Amino acid sequence: MALSKPADAARRGAGVVSDITRRERDVAGGVFRAVLLGALVLSLLVLVVLIVDVVTGGWSVLSSSLGDLLTGTLGSKPETSGLSQAIRGSFYIAVFVIIVAVPLGVAAAIYLEEYASHGRLAQFVNINIRNLAGVPSVVYGILGLTIFVKTLGSITGPDSNGRSVISAGLTLSVLVLPIIIITSAEAIRAVPNGIREAGYGVGATRWEVVRSHVLPYAAPGILTGTVLSVARALGEAAPLILVGATTGFLTTGESYLPSSLQERFTALPIVISTWSGRPGDDWRSSTSAAIVVMLVIVLVANAGAILLRNRYEKKR
Amino acid sequence: MSVIDSPVRLNLQLSGRRARSERLARVLFLLAGLTSVLVSGLILWSLARETWTFVSQVEVAALWTDGWFPRRGMYDIRTVVTGSFLITGIAILVAVPVGLSAAIYLSEYASPRVRRILKPVLEILAGIPSVVLGFFALTFISPEIVQRFSDADQFNMLAAGIAVGILVIPLVASVSEDAMRSVPDALREASYGLGARKISTTVRIVIPAAVSGLVAALIIAVSRAIGETMVVFVAAGATGGSLFSLDVLGPGQTMTAAIASQAAGTDQVVGEGLTFQSLFFVAMLLFVITLVLNLIADRFVRRVRQTY
Repeated sequence: MALSKPADAARRGAGVVSDITRRERDVAGGVFRAVLLGALVLSLLVLVVLIVDVVTGGWSVLSSSLGDLLTGTLGSKPETSGLSQAIRGSFYIAVFVIIVAVPLGVAAAIYLEEYASHGRLAQFVNINIRNLAGVPSVVYGILGLTIFVKTLGSITGPDSNGRSVISAGLTLSVLVLPIIIITSAEAIRAVPNGIREAGYGVGATRWEVVRSHVLPYAAPGILTGTVLSVARALGEAAPLILVGATTGFLTTGESYLPSSLQERFTALPIVISTWSGRPGDDWRSSTSAAIVVMLVIVLVANAGAILLRNRYEKKR
Repeated sequence: MSVIDSPVRLNLQLSGRRARSERLARVLFLLAGLTSVLVSGLILWSLARETWTFVSQVEVAALWTDGWFPRRGMYDIRTVVTGSFLITGIAILVAVPVGLSAAIYLSEYASPRVRRILKPVLEILAGIPSVVLGFFALTFISPEIVQRFSDADQFNMLAAGIAVGILVIPLVASVSEDAMRSVPDALREASYGLGARKISTTVRIVIPAAVSGLVAALIIAVSRAIGETMVVFVAAGATGGSLFSLDVLGPGQTMTAAIASQAAGTDQVVGEGLTFQSLFFVAMLLFVITLVLNLIADRFVRRVRQTY
């Protein structure tokens, strides 16, 4: 092969220099970036369209008879139908999740992160929880139907065949349990080890370290997970259908007395799903209005949790 | 050997009360940890009992008929499984391109400030209850989008599938973004050092390095879409039953909606012979499918963690 001439080399050198220094428009890169951003904007757009759609759809009800909607009871006509029983049912479900699932979930997370050795048992429990989180919600409905409605029916609802808000609350508590465990375990894992070691160094027991140091430090993360899981439980409808939430007429279920916990019940997402299937524009407006009521509760909870988390993430 | 009598006696033993509360705490936490195992056991037990009744009593011919009409003794499993896979397929076609693109943007392109604003949008979208998306599918996606471009029924599987896809977008985005962010910066810097542009670095370095996580995102999305109930229940029609159908522009039934619609509206799940049991059989099928998918996805996620 012949040696290249000096002139060639110089030309090639100039070419390299211009290749490096020349500003070239990166068309493919620009298009790629725009497409990616487009996907995000599309998601945002879907969210906006959805919210605008339900708010405008329900505006006639929201603006003129919001009070009736919130205080009325289920009925056969859209203009006289209200959500008071549904709101009560959803309220109790949230209470059950907070009382049953949150303490149990946080305790399980403490076991996994602080007490369990990294042996077979802990690994098994860990895999088990991750799989539970992926079980479809309707399957939890089957669990609720078999255990809480049929097997424990004499306790959960002696006069309602077990189809009570107790059964519903317990079913949804079981449903969100894995979510609470996973988010709490993450929050506990994020606690710096130095804090634990300092505690042990001055002679504290494991429980004392957990109670006075780990839990307070992990509290914001645990709280975020809790709020998210309550919001999840409030929007869940499929398991409630199986547990037997009333979709039609409900004569009882207006009082907030504890004895009414064993009566038949309904909840916001169930009412929305039933009303969605009814024909006519009036029902459509009522459904949209009911959705707005539920979205306000669920999205405010979600947004609150996200803000809380971002705030604490920034601090650390 | 004699014990040295030290003038100072250190008591390293816990006092009674503290030792007791430590023991109690340990037992309580262990029990809480084991409840999750109990829950799994109860799910399996609930499903297995009635599923066994169904399997042992059903006539094989009833499992292969023209459609899924459990109240009339027609349990065509094909119908509901096909419905589930059609809806899932449509959902994946919507969720994977959009979710993956959003994830790439958030992980590789967005400045921290943009990320801080855009990421919560996806999280809010993830918080929308599925029954709301069902209503949206029925009253917006179906008439304004699907029926505009075709002569579809008001209740159709395409609209339901798109809505399920929207529901799954945040999940795809969040799992894929995690996977791409766990790719070490050194790989990106090496690529830039060789003169590669951002697009080549992203497409040829970051995505291949994160591929296990992206596969996991896909599998989790499939699992979630198969398990989605309310969108299909509200928007895909076919409450009582459904003929076998491959037409996505018409109504259809999925495994999940078949379970829910049998239980809805009546005080008791009643009907001919094995109607009640058929519900458990379908649920068992659903449980096994999602469990297998989740286990596979878990393996892929762990592979990402081990590599980096």
